Amino acid sequence: MDLARFVKRTDFSWEIPRRGDMRVPVVIYADETLLRAMDDKVGEQAINVACLPGIVEASYVMPDGHWGYGFPIGGVAAFDPAEGGVISAGGVGFDISCGVRALHTGLTRSEVEADATALADALYRSIPAGVGSTGRVHLDEREMDEMLRGGAQWAVARGYGLPADLARVEEHGCMDGADPACVSARARHRQRDEMGTLGSGNHYLEVQAVTAIYDAAAATAYGLALDEIVISLHCGSRGLGHQIGTEFLRDMAIEAPRHGIALPDRELACTPLGSPLGKAYLGAMRAAINCALANRQILTHLTREAVAGVFPEAVLSLLYDVSHNTCKEETHEAGGRRRRLFVHRKGATRAFGPGHPALPETLRATGQPVLIGGSMGTASYILAGVTASETLSFSSACHGAGRAMSRHAASRQWRGRQLVDELARRNILIRSPSLRGVAEEAPGAYKDVTQVVDAAERAGLARKVARLEPLVCVKG
Amino acid sequence: MAGPGSQVVPRWEHFSHEADIGLRGMGRTLAEAFEQAALALTAVIVDPADVATREQLQIRCEAPDDELLLVEWLNALIYEMATRRMLFGRFEVEIDAHRLHARAWGEPVEVARHQPTVEVKGATYTALRVAAEAQGVWLAQCVADV
Repeated sequence: MDLARFVKRTDFSWEIPRRGDMRVPVVIYADETLLRAMDDKVGEQAINVACLPGIVEASYVMPDGHWGYGFPIGGVAAFDPAEGGVISAGGVGFDISCGVRALHTGLTRSEVEADATALADALYRSIPAGVGSTGRVHLDEREMDEMLRGGAQWAVARGYGLPADLARVEEHGCMDGADPACVSARARHRQRDEMGTLGSGNHYLEVQAVTAIYDAAAATAYGLALDEIVISLHCGSRGLGHQIGTEFLRDMAIEAPRHGIALPDRELACTPLGSPLGKAYLGAMRAAINCALANRQILTHLTREAVAGVFPEAVLSLLYDVSHNTCKEETHEAGGRRRRLFVHRKGATRAFGPGHPALPETLRATGQPVLIGGSMGTASYILAGVTASETLSFSSACHGAGRAMSRHAASRQWRGRQLVDELARRNILIRSPSLRGVAEEAPGAYKDVTQVVDAAERAGLARKVARLEPLVCVKG
Repeated sequence: MAGPGSQVVPRWEHFSHEADIGLRGMGRTLAEAFEQAALALTAVIVDPADVATREQLQIRCEAPDDELLLVEWLNALIYEMATRRMLFGRFEVEIDAHRLHARAWGEPVEVARHQPTVEVKGATYTALRVAAEAQGVWLAQCVADV
């Protein structure tokens, strides 16, 4: 990225001041190296977002930001319905509510290392992963409606998981305001055989060891200790969310001119929050959030079954479940007053600070766990939300390392077999249906996750609690 | 008599995008460019040459303009691939006034044999372009979310 157009606010915060059609400035949180490495398209996309009606404060980009479509990945923007604010299907993305869920296991690193191959094989057998895979949960129309309304609460009621899990999921496992009637027959059909599947691309299940603790008090509150084994899942709303994204993006692109919205980029397709299409999208998107929460809940159940076959004594309790691609109605301070806003987070994590009423009581004093996913061979991090991020980013933080290289370039640079062998030499076992897929997801194709997380912490978006390193990865 | 596009060899290619993947089809006609863009879509997942073309499917879609029609066409294929668990290796497209009628030939996914790389979630409007270029080449391109 060309730094000439930025005003440096701090070492970790850079502003593109308002000009032209921008209604607010752009603010990118990153250190100088990360910012320089970002594609110029990230700045262009963030500027385009800053031009949308009803946006408040700023168009933000998290330190893992990279070139997306419409909004940049790592983009955060809040819109005020009272000021003509819009909702954008491109600002949420196709994989609605894609997110990470982390599970305690009660196992130690040495216990798992001794049986790592058996665990990897058991997980690979149990978790449907990759293109064309199907789950064993098939829903008729009535059950589909119940799932879309109930999310993880529906899944637990059907025996996929424990009631205690729900306190550790955003929205207590069920997004209010979901409207199954706004979900098309095609979206339902696309999901029919995909409940309880991991997907492909950057979706994974990882067995990870806690290798560093940065904040002992927060780690204790989260139940984390050195050498403990955690299992993390990264996946989303599968075909249902993809189809909802596809359909509403088209409808919003066609309808935008009727609302007098000039789109600097068709992919920014959006509609006023109060319009019938805006309300329909909110109803459908919230149903897709519930689909993602239900999907991660079913996968949790399958994970528990698989782990029990190798470690019968293990107790898998939920640490937390966060979503990345959402638009959520929240109350924030903006322009000197508390306002009801619709916060788009596309490839960004909500990161409520200590005391927030949405957090379960056991976590309220510490702040929301922020789960930062890794990339097969690299570390993952757990951070805690901080109070200051409310005014910096509407309580948002980064969501992962963020890609640094295209799939095309990655598949030219690495061979899947060679990567799997190299990682095995580092005692990281990869299980995947596609070696070409492994090459496209090579750890080297991502930014340095440690640098991203450090930048997020130094910018004041969240604070580091623990570092995790992979032992086993089931890659979709 | 040969037209200006008669020397054009229909082909597809991928172009670079940081997180996702660009699809580009080129041909002597709009329809041929759409056929090639569809092959580029398949090639995100698997080598199109590895797909047996033994089952046939009909696809129809329409849109207000040819650019939106390209996205509709690719999304229709993505939907059929996802719901039928199929891959497609050959396409015949006819287009008339932003209305498309196509036949696609393919087979069900066999993971062990095809080694499919990644699912495509949807075709986007990013880098979307459908146009007649110089030398009679029709171009149809966009970025797909993977």
